[in-house]
Amino acid sequence: MKSYSNTYIFIFATVMVIIVATLLTFVAETLRPYQEKNVEVEKKLDILRSVGLAAEVGEVDSKSLYVEKEYAENITKSLVINMDGEINEDVDAFTVNLKVELAKAPEDRMLPIFIYTAPDGQDVVIIPLQGKGLWGPIWGYVSFEQDMNTIFGAIFAHAKETPGLGAEISEDFFHEQFSGKKIFDEGEKFTSIKVLKGGTSPDDPHAVDAISGGTITSVALEEMLYDCLGNYELYFKNKSISHE
Amino acid sequence: MSEREPLFSSKNMKLLRDPLNDSNPITVQVLGICSALAVTVKLENSVVMTMSVIAVMAVSNVVISLLRKTIPPRIRIIVQLTIIATMVILVDEILQAFAYEVSKQLSVFVGLIITNCIIMGRLEAFALANKPWPAFLDGIGNAAGYGVIMIIVAFFRELLGSGTIWGFPVFEKIGLYDVGYVNNGMMILPPMALITVGIIIWVQRSRNKELIEDN
Repeated sequence: MKSYSNTYIFIFATVMVIIVATLLTFVAETLRPYQEKNVEVEKKLDILRSVGLAAEVGEVDSKSLYVEKEYAENITKSLVINMDGEINEDVDAFTVNLKVELAKAPEDRMLPIFIYTAPDGQDVVIIPLQGKGLWGPIWGYVSFEQDMNTIFGAIFAHAKETPGLGAEISEDFFHEQFSGKKIFDEGEKFTSIKVLKGGTSPDDPHAVDAISGGTITSVALEEMLYDCLGNYELYFKNKSISHE
Repeated sequence: MSEREPLFSSKNMKLLRDPLNDSNPITVQVLGICSALAVTVKLENSVVMTMSVIAVMAVSNVVISLLRKTIPPRIRIIVQLTIIATMVILVDEILQAFAYEVSKQLSVFVGLIITNCIIMGRLEAFALANKPWPAFLDGIGNAAGYGVIMIIVAFFRELLGSGTIWGFPVFEKIGLYDVGYVNNGMMILPPMALITVGIIIWVQRSRNKELIEDN
């Protein structure tokens, strides 16, 4: 076998790394606009699905066109508030990165809200969620009926949860459990929704069944609901009072 | 060598054909089992995974083969790993840009192609010692051998577990549910993939006696 000098090995390794790095940077930069577009369409689709819209997305030819159209027609308003429920007019809710906001001190957080106007004229408030799963981020959208207590619909998604186990949080059977649950108890105390291992009674208004085999993801989801919805507690209370 | 070997000589065709049967990476060499368990719940995922592995494997094999005379043996494993990792990242980036849905479902498993023992094994055992064209065929052959098993497993798991083929509800259309048939939820879970692979190995060995060890 030919023997190689150390100098040769160093030069070989350096050249290889430079070529690889250049190639990957070039490809990542070239494909970024496509990937960002996909992410944007996905976010709009998630928002629509949390209020039970965009059901035909599997059957349309152009997913992005369909989602853009549905979003423009149905999501009539979006706003950004702070922890005290005051509206911040300067920011577009769609561009707020919730992960960055949650890392800030509570009083500095900008909290996005999306509003869907149902055919009967009812405004449905959609709250985005962001949390940490087992392997990577998990997120979701929960929408509320006018009492700001009863859940209208919910969807969850994940980046890297285990397929077949934790990844099941993004399936319809899991989402469907949330409709009709309540986040405030009778004493108007914020209780969020518990994700219970071992099952829960369907009559329990504050709990849903966890995913079998996805305990860590289920717990993470429960924490995400508590942490994210908790930020909106004042807004919810003010809004439900003004509505009554 | 005075005479050039024809491109599809019987020796080269053997490189393509063997991994599909006698030296199948999954059923005979029992490599790459982890992803065979994970992404075979749906046919579509398996096909995309297969195509990704074929691309990664063929290109890495060719690149390593082209560089085989310049790669210092002392760092060859790192070089192989770098090239596989580069290819996998490229595949991942392309899926994210043009097949977002699938890339979401395959999630971590595209990244885990890097750890697929079949690829590293072929680079080390074949590409380092052979010319680019045979290395290319060897890569395609082995990835296809992997893919065939993936697709067979996925076909049965999707059909029996969810009652669909490529998302099309076969059992619903032929009215099987009306006579009391219920999907087997077990098929969705990873252990059933192992059992399915086991059945394939059993069938293969009962047909091909050469594969049976004498003990």
